[in-house]
Amino acid sequence: MTVRVGVVVFPGSNCDADAMHALALEGAEPVALWHESPELLGVAGVILPGGFSYGDYLRAGALARFSPVMRSVADFAAAGGLVLGICNGFQVLAEAGLVPGALVRNRSLRFVCREVTLVPERLDSPFTIAVGERRPLRMPVAHGEGCYVADDATLDAIERDGRVLFRYSRPDGTPAIGPDDAANPNGSLRGIAGVANAGGNVAGLMPHPERATEGILGSDDGRAIVASLVRSAAARAGGAARVVGSTGAGPTQRATGATA
Amino acid sequence: MTAARDPEPLHRRLGVSDDELDAIVDRLGRAPNDLELAMFSVMWSEHCSYKSSRPLLRTLPVGGGDVLAGPGENAGIVRIGDGLAVAFKIESHNHPSAVEPYQGAATGVGGILRDIFTMGARPIAVLDALRFGDPSDERTRHLVRGVVGGVGGYGNCVGVPTIGGELVFDPSYAGNPLVNVMAIGIMPEDRLTLAAAPGPGNLAVLFGSTTGRDGIGGASVLASATFTDDDPSKRPSVQVGDPFAEKLLIEASLELVERRLVAGLQDLGAAGITCAVSETADRAGTGIAVDLDAIPRREWGMLPFEVMISESQERMLAIVEPRLLGDVVEVCERWGAPAAVIGRVTADGHVTVVTGGIAADGSPADGAAVLARIPASALTSDAIVHARRAEPPARRRAAPAPGPAAEPDGDLPERGMDPGAVLLALVGGPNGASRRWVWEQYDRHVQTSTVADATGGAAVLRIRGTRRGLVATTDCAEGVSGLDPYLGAAMSVAEATRNVSVTGARPLGVTNCLNYGDPTRPEAFWQLREGVRGLGDACRALGLPVTGGNVSLYNESPRGAILPTPEIGVVGLLEDVERRAAPAFRRDGDAVVLLGRAGPGLGGSRYAALAGADPEDGPPTLDLAREAAVQACIREAVATGIVRSAQDVAAGGLATALAECAILGGIGARVEVAVEGAPAVELFGESPSRIVAACDPADLDALRVLAAAHGVPAERLGTVGGDRLVIALVGRGATGAAEERGARVADEVDIAVSDLAHAWEHGLPRALGEDA
Repeated sequence: MTVRVGVVVFPGSNCDADAMHALALEGAEPVALWHESPELLGVAGVILPGGFSYGDYLRAGALARFSPVMRSVADFAAAGGLVLGICNGFQVLAEAGLVPGALVRNRSLRFVCREVTLVPERLDSPFTIAVGERRPLRMPVAHGEGCYVADDATLDAIERDGRVLFRYSRPDGTPAIGPDDAANPNGSLRGIAGVANAGGNVAGLMPHPERATEGILGSDDGRAIVASLVRSAAARAGGAARVVGSTGAGPTQRATGATA
Repeated sequence: MTAARDPEPLHRRLGVSDDELDAIVDRLGRAPNDLELAMFSVMWSEHCSYKSSRPLLRTLPVGGGDVLAGPGENAGIVRIGDGLAVAFKIESHNHPSAVEPYQGAATGVGGILRDIFTMGARPIAVLDALRFGDPSDERTRHLVRGVVGGVGGYGNCVGVPTIGGELVFDPSYAGNPLVNVMAIGIMPEDRLTLAAAPGPGNLAVLFGSTTGRDGIGGASVLASATFTDDDPSKRPSVQVGDPFAEKLLIEASLELVERRLVAGLQDLGAAGITCAVSETADRAGTGIAVDLDAIPRREWGMLPFEVMISESQERMLAIVEPRLLGDVVEVCERWGAPAAVIGRVTADGHVTVVTGGIAADGSPADGAAVLARIPASALTSDAIVHARRAEPPARRRAAPAPGPAAEPDGDLPERGMDPGAVLLALVGGPNGASRRWVWEQYDRHVQTSTVADATGGAAVLRIRGTRRGLVATTDCAEGVSGLDPYLGAAMSVAEATRNVSVTGARPLGVTNCLNYGDPTRPEAFWQLREGVRGLGDACRALGLPVTGGNVSLYNESPRGAILPTPEIGVVGLLEDVERRAAPAFRRDGDAVVLLGRAGPGLGGSRYAALAGADPEDGPPTLDLAREAAVQACIREAVATGIVRSAQDVAAGGLATALAECAILGGIGARVEVAVEGAPAVELFGESPSRIVAACDPADLDALRVLAAAHGVPAERLGTVGGDRLVIALVGRGATGAAEERGARVADEVDIAVSDLAHAWEHGLPRALGEDA
């Protein structure tokens, strides 16, 4: 039995199919989780995909947190379950208070879609274990409200606790700390692109790893992140689940080669 | 506008002329009532009826073995193998975008997407072809910000990548910008769903948003009359878009199609319910009885005519067998798109609007009143057709004869201009610079199939589950079109298809958006007639079907008419998406080769706009047989792997094409250009049927042999390498003729690639006064 990873489908989600495709590439069985159902269908991990949940009316992610599925996701997270929010999913997690900080309008006040580079700040998180080494990863961003903000005390705390998972960087891997750095696409404070909760089992990430999973798309650096989630989920699912059928190369090969 | 202040009779106020009223009376056998007149006014608008253009459009080549649906359907559909078909269409939203740029552009995207999924295809890409006035003008900037924001705001949210398009500035568009949007969809062939209402007794089900007062008369008031600039009284005619509702509508519609729950499907766009019921009934040879009271509304007190012609967005009409109604309602409600039965298919061939209920056979219930009863065909296929008068302008430039450039050309580079400076100005100018500032505001990667966005030419998508790829582009040679509308349209087809062919893809078909002026003005109608003739001739010569399109007339403002703008959208098929070419130079030492040969004529070029051309200098000529040969040659060269990169020579000429290859590749080149006539023609002339390719020197002979087999000139210009672009001019015409007369002529372009890249990257935001 392959490891089952859920992808929440909110009305307005538009990266749900892409996330499922990326999971399948890593040998997981993607499971669609409909927003109106509180049932998580026995998944070992959950992705909150990108898009415009509930039209992003009011504020990005503000309405999704009240959906039936999110109550179950919150319980799942509280019990140590793995949850990765990508783009709008990150906004939903932040609105729900499941990860620290908030995402506000890009410093440019314009939607930005471009390829960025990010570097992992730690390699032992469930969301980075398959990255292998501290190396720059190329993948796209596409958002209007992706500027990560938090008060200084929070920022200091998450830095101290190792909860900053990814930072935007220049192509060579030098972190783009400053909000005005050209390599920081949205003005995020301290160049933060991804953060984790205190337990390390819930993460939000603004760039789209699921859009960088095949060379034909320009980069497959995102596979390492998806593979990390799949591998960690498989490990948590215990002996019942394993990862099969990966065709990944390089670091992802190492990641998906592991079975629980 | 009240009756008291306006003594005009109702029909004229609705944009219906006296002779059109006579024709309505003729078709009805009686005078129409006010509701019927309102329905006719929108359906007989230029936008819905094509009453001026229909006789012209009939001349276009439409057939072809792989075409599953052509003009007259919501979108053209072409079979591509693997059991799949691709749907595509381009449409205008010009006047709404001029009045309210954000919503006008957003609803333009929404409307064209509905045309795609109405056919049963999942939308996979959007391209936007935009034209505005002077970029330094504050009003232009307002329009650009709004339109780009609206295209992005809608496309990004609905989850369809915007992968390409155009942005062109020309003073003629100042009072009347153009917003043309193309959408592409893909589907299994057997999902093809037609917008017809077969089977008397079937139900007409409206689903999606409710009906309100927004967009009343959009088709007639806005789209089909000459434009008086920024008239706030027309703002209520602009619809308001909700991409979130559209996303739900896409999912609901595609599930209905996939589960075969509908007998027909039609989106609601221009002319709203009136258009949807009359077109579906007419296509099936049936009628539809509409139960006016059953139409869900978002406002109180709407009059029957408002309900019937409202252009409220995000609505769909499904034709449903009664036994499947429960399933249809369940699907729609699960996707948050409430459904209501609003009528029944009848056998009487009429659109009947009833208040007070209808019986199971579609007849009015006891005590019900019939508010309107019109033959469906009278509203659609039998709508009025006008024979417009066409007259060329009194004085027309002759196209130059093929051969060496005429003497006036020879004067151009002597005007104290350094060709390097000209190149920098073109590459960094508002029309030549990178469109990154625009495209970064569009999600180009959602659906994870974008192999290449249009940064370097045509956009490429992979078709998941196959080895194949789709290539898409839009193009228009409006500069040439302004001088010679026949040539301009043919040139537009040539450029758009060449854009696709340089990637290695085989063009599948052409969709077009014909943006012209007031058809009652003989010169404007002549431009349209010539444009359609050029479009048809070019498509025939290149063996391509016209699969659909849209005509946008009355593109005039008090500041004058736009350049006639036949916007061409092309979709092509790559048999192997891994085997494709892009413009970027890739390797030191590669040979730079020009396929095709420059011809004279700087008229209509970017160079002429920049430097001023001699008014007697016409546009370049187009040899369609040569064009077909050049395209076939490059497709074969890419498919066989002989060339490593390829870029077509278009706006800005050979020098600009070389600069783009260098900028995109981050590597320079050293080339020599032999000048026969005038350097400006060789460097910056925009004569068609030319491609710059780079190949391994070991493959050069193979490329030459291939070119010879296609009858295409192939000349090695130089070599890729270094960090500068050097274009040396050699030959008799380089300096000699001018120097003999004592003129100073720079004979070489020599610019660092980084300088070209800087100009190219920053040109657009600088022109618009924005941050980069």
